[in-house]
Amino acid sequence: MTQPGFLDLLSFGPDGWAKALLAGAWMTILIALSGYAIGAVIGTFGAWAKISGGKGLRVAADAYTTVLRGIPDLLVIYLLYFGGSAAITSIGRLFGADGFISFPGFLAGALAVGITSGAQHTEVFRGAFKAVHRGEIEAAIACGMSRSLRFRRIIAPLTLRHALPGLGNVWQVVLKESALVSITGVVELLRQSQIGAGSTGLPFDFYLIAGLIYLAISTVSSIAMRQAERHFSRGVRRG
Amino acid sequence: MDWEFTQETFLSLVSALPLTLALAGTAIALGAILALALALARTSGIVVLDWFARAYVFIFRGTPLLVQIFLIYYGLSQFPAVRHSIFWPVLRDAYWCAVMALSLNTAAYASEIIRGGLLSVPHGQMEAARACGMPRLMVFRRIVLPLAIRQALPGYGNEMISMIKATSLASIITIMEVTGVAARLISETYRAIEVFVVAGVIYLAINFLLTRLVQLVEFKLSPHLRQPENAAQAVIAGDTR
Repeated sequence: MTQPGFLDLLSFGPDGWAKALLAGAWMTILIALSGYAIGAVIGTFGAWAKISGGKGLRVAADAYTTVLRGIPDLLVIYLLYFGGSAAITSIGRLFGADGFISFPGFLAGALAVGITSGAQHTEVFRGAFKAVHRGEIEAAIACGMSRSLRFRRIIAPLTLRHALPGLGNVWQVVLKESALVSITGVVELLRQSQIGAGSTGLPFDFYLIAGLIYLAISTVSSIAMRQAERHFSRGVRRG
Repeated sequence: MDWEFTQETFLSLVSALPLTLALAGTAIALGAILALALALARTSGIVVLDWFARAYVFIFRGTPLLVQIFLIYYGLSQFPAVRHSIFWPVLRDAYWCAVMALSLNTAAYASEIIRGGLLSVPHGQMEAARACGMPRLMVFRRIVLPLAIRQALPGYGNEMISMIKATSLASIITIMEVTGVAARLISETYRAIEVFVVAGVIYLAINFLLTRLVQLVEFKLSPHLRQPENAAQAVIAGDTR
């Protein structure tokens, strides 16, 4: 058997893995996006708890960010994947099913990525809110805006503008973290490369391709982020 | 929570702690040397070195650490030339592959932190050193590097914490450090929560101690921001007299 060359692997032909790898890359983006969205929701609540929550909420939010920034993300994935499977299995037993039921890897992965990135989102949103000038909020109150109108028209847009650079960094971290989800067996980019490496005996080629695809995704998203930053700070005078 | 099981878990996880610390310590030490070299290349003003360092940082920060680990551990063995070289005993060993991947990875992040430190050294300080007649190397050793380290330390502390967390990925290439043992216990017993809590406490404790250690070093390195101890003692002595 002759081994296929590097470019043969990248083709769409019968020997090519291009289609599988692109599907894997798409799955990676889906996991990262879902995890990022979950993290953004957690981060919004976390920042709100830290800024204007009562003492209990504040302590809880502080504990959450401290713990999640101090433990490895891999542990969180193990917890959700195996813990979730154990929980589902015991629930299944209640309804008379026997045997092991595994927790969906995609869900466990997206949740784990979301929970870990939520801690970073919290800090980004909190810092961005602090950067909003008190005067702007006071002006909104003076105009007679209600609480919700104030939040919708003044606080949210300004906070988001200040948060954009931080949000871009969190996205880059989330994208790379999504590679860990491959241990749950979800066929994302890295898992697909493992499969390819196993069946062709060309691990170097496959992991190199995977690395290049990750590099491409992160480059494209950092360009998009820069565009977004420019777009949303149109009204800001510099210097 | 079952107390006896928790205790057993704690003992078996703690016995894996030295391996985690060895991985992190070696990777941070090797990474620091490489990071300094990269930061110097970035600030050297020599175009080739500058672009090499830029490309290095771009590649290692743009790809997941797990891909880098796989590329070194599984990928390199694809080439017969590597398998027959004198480096094979090192490259065959999962531990050294993990150390290598972690060092190369942390070097990329740390080089940017060190570069920030180098750039923050005020120009006047270097001019003063030159005016004192110090040669270039001595200016670097006595003035630029200490000031840069002091400036970069808080950021470097964060990077060290990420490295402690990153050692957990070594468990995926069969290394039985804390996360590796935790994963084995979870898949054997299916008691994810207890094992997770114990492992989490261990990692939090390491990172707490590390943060404190960095704060201590930072305190020691910035005496100029405090009242001199002798003066303070003199005042106290004067009061008692």
